[in-house]
Amino acid sequence: MSKIIEKEFFSENVARFEIDAPEIAKSRKAGHFVIIRIDEKGERIPLTIAGSNPEKGTITLIVQKVGVSSAKLLALNEGDDILDVVGPLGKATHIDKVGTVLAAGGGVGIAPLLPIVRAFKEAGNRVITVLAARNKDLIILEEQMRKYSDEVIVMTDDGSSGRKGLVTHGMEEVIGREDVNLSVAIGPAVMMKYAALTTKKYNIETLASLNTIMVDGTGMCGACRVTVGGKTKFVCVDGPEFDAHQVDFDEMLLRLNAYKQEEVDAYERFLK
Amino acid sequence: MDKETIKAERTQEWRLDLRKQIKAKERTAGIRAKMTERDPNVRNKNSDEVNMGLARELAVAEAQRCLDCANPTCINGCPVGINIPKFIKKIEVEDFLGAAKVLKETNTLPAVCGRVCPQEKQCEAQCFYTLSLKKDPVAIGFLERFAADFEQNSGEMSIPEVAEPNGLKIATIGSGPAGLAFAADMVRFGYDVTVFEALHEIGGVLKYGIPEFRLPNTVVDVEIDNLRKMGVKFVKNFIVGRTASFDDLRKDGYQGFFVASGAGLPNFMDIPGENSIGIFSSNEYLTRVNLMNAAKEDYDTPVFSGKSVAVIGGGNTAMDAVRTAKRLGAEHARIIYRRSLTEMPARVEEVKHAQEEGIEFLNLNNPLEYFADKDGRVKSMKLQKMELGEPDSSGRRRPVPIEGSEYELETDTVVVSVGVSPNPLIPQSLKDLEVTRWGTIVVDKESMQSSIEDIFAGGDIVRGGATVILAMGDGRTAAAGMHEYVQNKNK
Ligand SMILES: Cc1cc2nc3c(=O)[nH]c(=O)nc-3n(C[C@H](O)[C@H](O)[C@H](O)COP(=O)(O)OP(=O)(O)OC[C@H]3O[C@@H](n4cnc5c(N)ncnc54)[C@H](O)[C@@H]3O)c2cc1C
Ligand code: FES
Repeated sequence: MSKIIEKEFFSENVARFEIDAPEIAKSRKAGHFVIIRIDEKGERIPLTIAGSNPEKGTITLIVQKVGVSSAKLLALNEGDDILDVVGPLGKATHIDKVGTVLAAGGGVGIAPLLPIVRAFKEAGNRVITVLAARNKDLIILEEQMRKYSDEVIVMTDDGSSGRKGLVTHGMEEVIGREDVNLSVAIGPAVMMKYAALTTKKYNIETLASLNTIMVDGTGMCGACRVTVGGKTKFVCVDGPEFDAHQVDFDEMLLRLNAYKQEEVDAYERFLK
Repeated sequence: MDKETIKAERTQEWRLDLRKQIKAKERTAGIRAKMTERDPNVRNKNSDEVNMGLARELAVAEAQRCLDCANPTCINGCPVGINIPKFIKKIEVEDFLGAAKVLKETNTLPAVCGRVCPQEKQCEAQCFYTLSLKKDPVAIGFLERFAADFEQNSGEMSIPEVAEPNGLKIATIGSGPAGLAFAADMVRFGYDVTVFEALHEIGGVLKYGIPEFRLPNTVVDVEIDNLRKMGVKFVKNFIVGRTASFDDLRKDGYQGFFVASGAGLPNFMDIPGENSIGIFSSNEYLTRVNLMNAAKEDYDTPVFSGKSVAVIGGGNTAMDAVRTAKRLGAEHARIIYRRSLTEMPARVEEVKHAQEEGIEFLNLNNPLEYFADKDGRVKSMKLQKMELGEPDSSGRRRPVPIEGSEYELETDTVVVSVGVSPNPLIPQSLKDLEVTRWGTIVVDKESMQSSIEDIFAGGDIVRGGATVILAMGDGRTAAAGMHEYVQNKNK
């Protein structure tokens, strides 16, 4: 059982949680995630660890409402318990001093991008971050990103914040004006697909952090499998980061929809 | 248990008397007890346990069939060497709690083993009836279950005595049968034992894999409760090697580690289309249903309840998956297996139960490719027919493809159940640990000690996919080995 120590809304559908998890707070690194189960009837869902405070024994999770489980989580308050929290899972991001890093975060992907941006910055890289979302409300963590980036470019579909356009427009602009040594893209699968296509044109090594469906998160079930470079990989143990140019995003997009109908049904039940 | 003790016990007064009471001829005239089973057409729609156990009179009558042989070969067939005639004779004299006690001398989880052991390949294969009389063996498995259930239901569960606590901390990694058996022995020796489990439930495969209709969770929980009463501590949601490292735990004072992390990595066949939606590993399929309760309306985890389900494989896991599919409402629940029925590794009883429940068996068939619709959902598969050739290294006749026999079969759900590989989490987190090229941990067979002095290992992580009883046996061997190691270290 893990207690919610702090909760703060960034917008109506996005909140930050600080959760009591002393061991995980000590052992986690950038790129790691946890699996949580909110209550007895809940599913096991993966959430990236956005930060931690080892002294206080807490980890930070940033949650956006996308379905039943995230809605249930957002309904919890300070002092409430989350039934199960396990981690840290996945491989940590390989952080190195490479020069200039172009970080691209789309919507839900902005939260998991934050610890990576921070780690690359702290390793002495020049970090340029492009944040993109449908509208202003979905651009989260802009302030924190600015703290750990040399520059932040905001792109929205409707132009309600930053510039109007897609994440790839922002990326192209940066690539056009300076030498980028590494790119990291995190967001919805379609966004990562196009981000990868963009950097591929310029032969820039790119990492994508994949958010597949998971069950156990320990390599036991294969629900999270993706094709990378023609081979099947398990995102929870082989990833979550992979060479974006090798990932079969089209297959991943289909697989993400595996339970679409069930999710809609479950959400309706939840609202009742 | 050594031969001398077994012999001495056989010559105790009560055993001598008992043998005199009924003539061998009368004993062998009896016919093997039949297990009471639920109606196949009712049970294949719910999760009630299929086998209902033997009634008291039937159990006693079955116990009378046992000849209490001078040379009890059945014991050789048991991987943990249960004193089989002794527990059966206790049943014959209606000392059922006494029978359970005998079982527990060597088997930590008799109620589990009575349900899931492949007795027909072990004790019952070595029974005098099988070997010499060419008759049906004594139903040792049924009797084991009977005695263990009797004890569980009696409310007089004996909590084994534990030695004076010695204050030495020991960690068990994984709460499957290997970890539980190890913990039971270590706590009895007086150690301070903590079992760390990655998942949110204790029990390993017994909980997330083997379905309720074959092994009810309550049966496992009683045993786990017992361990708690003996002083074993359980920590869920804790992945050793990730949540904390071995070094962290050493600093916390742990003096020895038993790695029983299982063979949790599912194998796939690497054929085209295998990542289509609706194709699962058996681990995923069974975990969704057993651990996450996906089939229950009010639980959030979803599962596919396909109309036409194909399960690839012929082991216990495949049987569990296909019978689960039937229970979730499949009109066609099929086993696709590349060898014939006789080569199937599953327990004979499971195959029989599956057949009764309307499972279709496509033996000598092998999948080559899957086809998906525009949404990526599997809609059919290409199968190839096989025939049996020469025996291979496992002694089973090797399946050989028949050229030109390919055909397509419609299916909306596929469960791939072609074996598991060792869980790589622990080996990955320990650079100096010696592993085989299959990823299993290398241990000394006598003590189960690994290449790292304070780390012992057993169960599926050492053997690859094996059995509950072998995992338990390893746990007990490791406990003896670690006891010696820790005592020497602390001298
Ligand atoms: C569906 C199915 C049906 C089966 N049917 C039968 C049968 O009828 N008869 C039979 O004899 N055998 C059967 N088996 C095989 C049998 O269940 C296994 O051989 C046995 O459970 C192995 O025991 P174990 O203790 O080694 O591992 P497991 O039971 O696999 O337990 C390992 C546990 O360790 C945990 N773990 C892994 N890594 C870590 C870590 N780093 N930190 C903490 N915890 C960790 C896992 O989560 C898991 O709970 C079946 C297996 C399956 C999957
Ligand atoms: S989530 Fe089960 S193997 Fe990755």
